Amino acid sequence: MKPLLAPLVLLAFAVAPAPTLANPFETRLANGLRVIVKEDPRAPTAVHMVWYRAGSMDEKDGTSGVAHALEHLMFKGTRNLKSGEFNKRVAEAGGRDNAFTSRDYTAYFQIVPKGALPEMMKLEADRMANLTLDAKEFAAEIKVVMEERRLRTDDNPQALVYETLNSTMFQAHPYRRPIIGWMDDLEHMTWQDARAWYRAWYAPNNAYVVVAGDVDHREVFRLAQKYYGPHKAKPLPERKPQNEPQQAGIRRVSVKAPAKLPYIAMSWKAPRLRDVQKDRDPYALEVLAAVLDGHDASRFAKNLVRGSKVAQSAGAGYDGTLRGEASFTLDGQPAEGKTVAELEAALRAEIKRIQDEGVSAEELARVKTQSVAAQIYKRDSLMAQAMEIGGLEAAGVSWRDIDVLLEKLKSVSSDEVQAVAKKYFSDDTLSIAVLDPQPLDNDKHKKPSGAVRH
Amino acid sequence: MRILIFFLLSFLTPTFALAGVKIEHWTAPSGAKVYFIETRLLPILDVQIDFAGGGAFVPAAKAGLAGLTRNLLEAGAADLDEEKISGRLVDLGARLGGGADSDRASVSLRTLSTQAEREAALELMRTVLSAPTFPQAVLEREKGRSIAGIREAETRPDAIAGKRFAAAIYPDHPYGVSPSVDSVSAITRDDLVAFHRQHYGARGAVVSIIGDVSRAEAEAIAQRLTEALPSGGGDLVPPPVKKPLRQTIKIPHPAVQSHVHVGLPAISRSDPDYFPLLVGNYSLGGGGFVSRLMKEVREKRGYAYSVHSYFAPRKLEGPFEIGLQTKREQVDAALKVVDQVLTDYMAKGPTPQELAAAKKNMVDGLALRMDSNAKLLGYLSAIGFYGLPLTYLDDFPARVKAVTIEQVKAAFARHVKPENLVTVVVAAD
Repeated sequence: MKPLLAPLVLLAFAVAPAPTLANPFETRLANGLRVIVKEDPRAPTAVHMVWYRAGSMDEKDGTSGVAHALEHLMFKGTRNLKSGEFNKRVAEAGGRDNAFTSRDYTAYFQIVPKGALPEMMKLEADRMANLTLDAKEFAAEIKVVMEERRLRTDDNPQALVYETLNSTMFQAHPYRRPIIGWMDDLEHMTWQDARAWYRAWYAPNNAYVVVAGDVDHREVFRLAQKYYGPHKAKPLPERKPQNEPQQAGIRRVSVKAPAKLPYIAMSWKAPRLRDVQKDRDPYALEVLAAVLDGHDASRFAKNLVRGSKVAQSAGAGYDGTLRGEASFTLDGQPAEGKTVAELEAALRAEIKRIQDEGVSAEELARVKTQSVAAQIYKRDSLMAQAMEIGGLEAAGVSWRDIDVLLEKLKSVSSDEVQAVAKKYFSDDTLSIAVLDPQPLDNDKHKKPSGAVRH
Repeated sequence: MRILIFFLLSFLTPTFALAGVKIEHWTAPSGAKVYFIETRLLPILDVQIDFAGGGAFVPAAKAGLAGLTRNLLEAGAADLDEEKISGRLVDLGARLGGGADSDRASVSLRTLSTQAEREAALELMRTVLSAPTFPQAVLEREKGRSIAGIREAETRPDAIAGKRFAAAIYPDHPYGVSPSVDSVSAITRDDLVAFHRQHYGARGAVVSIIGDVSRAEAEAIAQRLTEALPSGGGDLVPPPVKKPLRQTIKIPHPAVQSHVHVGLPAISRSDPDYFPLLVGNYSLGGGGFVSRLMKEVREKRGYAYSVHSYFAPRKLEGPFEIGLQTKREQVDAALKVVDQVLTDYMAKGPTPQELAAAKKNMVDGLALRMDSNAKLLGYLSAIGFYGLPLTYLDDFPARVKAVTIEQVKAAFARHVKPENLVTVVVAAD
């Protein structure tokens, strides 16, 4: 099992490279909007995405969840379009659409027959500037968001553990807040909060468009100028760094929830990718995660699930391509008859073994083979290609470096993996959250505060 | 229309568009049915084999056997143990996938099409299909993991709701049976060996191939993968489905949201009402934000994040289901809305505007359903396993366009009878 991802991110971006192509193409409009086009004529379809560099990390305390709430409201009316009309137009074009919010960004997409691309760009450009927010629409939609929180988090023990882990490991950095928002903040959110968010962050100079499919990039650039070009750039709010102070000592928390199997998530502070050319540690951490849990023959599956049978499931994850603070996470459920303490010891022992012995040439070769194959398989999906570009750009990494990332990953040595295992896995920067399973108590909800946990 | 697109694109671009490729079909000397699309655009080969080896062919006392048999194919085969199998796959950059559902057991392979990788990956696939060893120790471990998973699922409202719904709409039928601690405990190695022998034969196998190989190569691949399979298989059909009686089942749970399923067994994959129901369901609850359920339950009232309806046709009558989750205090109100929407839709069917919108989305959106090898592989295997016409994708637009409001109403009246409708609510007050 992979570690829990941030609950609203559809795909997580590991360092994710691609083979060399003459493609994609990029331009920048006068208003600051960047447009990136990946031509892929394999089928007569196109993906159109708009990414805003505004996610939950840009929120303030008291209005957590407003980035995601606005994402919902973007499907309501604009000055030119009635509420609900956006989805209707996409559907009638034979397309599908949706949106997602992460800690770092908010993104919207349509997948359509290629002939519908101009209409999609027109619609998306319209709601970049012309959204009409009102109290009535907001009142209905915020209820939907609260139901989403109940579904994803409040009734999901592992998600509660993840939420608690984040709010424990980060105290100053905004990653401490859940993307979907605290329930209490959602209950007190107003339509004016959503409007303020929209006015502050939805601007061409804070966004980029990614198009992939059977398109001509010159035509897409022309359409972008036509529809997005008239929007004015605007000054963006100041982004304070909000760096997390140095952690000095292990932090342990537990979460009680109805469940059978316990669950543990252990997270160490780790560096993020800042300089694609000069950095080494992020690539080595990426390889370390893959050696532990990158595939069926990796160490966790082989040693912990199949070998010692201490784990029902075990995962390792590291994502260095992000705007905020990175971390390296191990997680898992102990097998029946095993304890959380035994699983924690086994997870730690796997790190210790790499600290002592490094990794084998065979293991490094496997990581490389898997990365190269994954990059080729990715070409079978337009959406995966568009997501790769958009996700890297969100973290400030150019799509032009996709090949570099793969080459860097392939250049990681066993010594480097051993070195990062020694460097970043001190208890002083470790936070641990554990699920303490409770029997199903069917009367619990009848207590006065029962319906809402936060 | 598709033909037109094909020609147009072949002039405009140096490559063939996926939308223009054609399905080839033959029977291998082994007896397996083969479905093939040649497409050389990517250096990838996808192969899937489907057998009539799903949960429907397992007695209730051994529920879980179909899934364990499928999963343990990779636990040891010929002289390879599970570490060798997984290691070899990883070294090749290849992936084995698949699983067992109610009807089917599937094994799929995605590999690079370069000669060395492809040959080695196919050899491995052939070995796990034909010569699994089902090691006792691995079986015990996987039974333990499966039981732990079942116990964990018994605490989750979504899992409880899904399981109780299946049991309620399929009384006394294997479609309604889920693996239990007792049934998994009762499974022995002999059961796996026998199930493999009876259900993984070439005679009932459907081999789907898409990617960077020629017809001649595909013929060789299909034969190679199936020639050493056991001798069982053939025309296996699950026992007939009986309709349930209308009822509401409420199950206590401390969750803050109630999980709701409303539905019944509806149609088989070969039912002539397939297209009226597919098109009709789009406007009811299949079309995402533009469906009536979404509008009434979510958009107007904010009762739920997710609300949907679907038909999931199987070899026999697969389920029709409406599902949602809502704050438990308002579940009765939400159910009332669902009931009104369904009753109204049953009585009047879609409006002309709704029907036109549904058709437009499904016809114009066909390109989206076929724009990757992975998606086309899914169509190949469905066409093969459920015996759909080879022209299924070509016919799709015309079949959708031909649906009338009267056909939708009549099909719903035939297959969604109120007297058979079951409601399950988990976390009910």
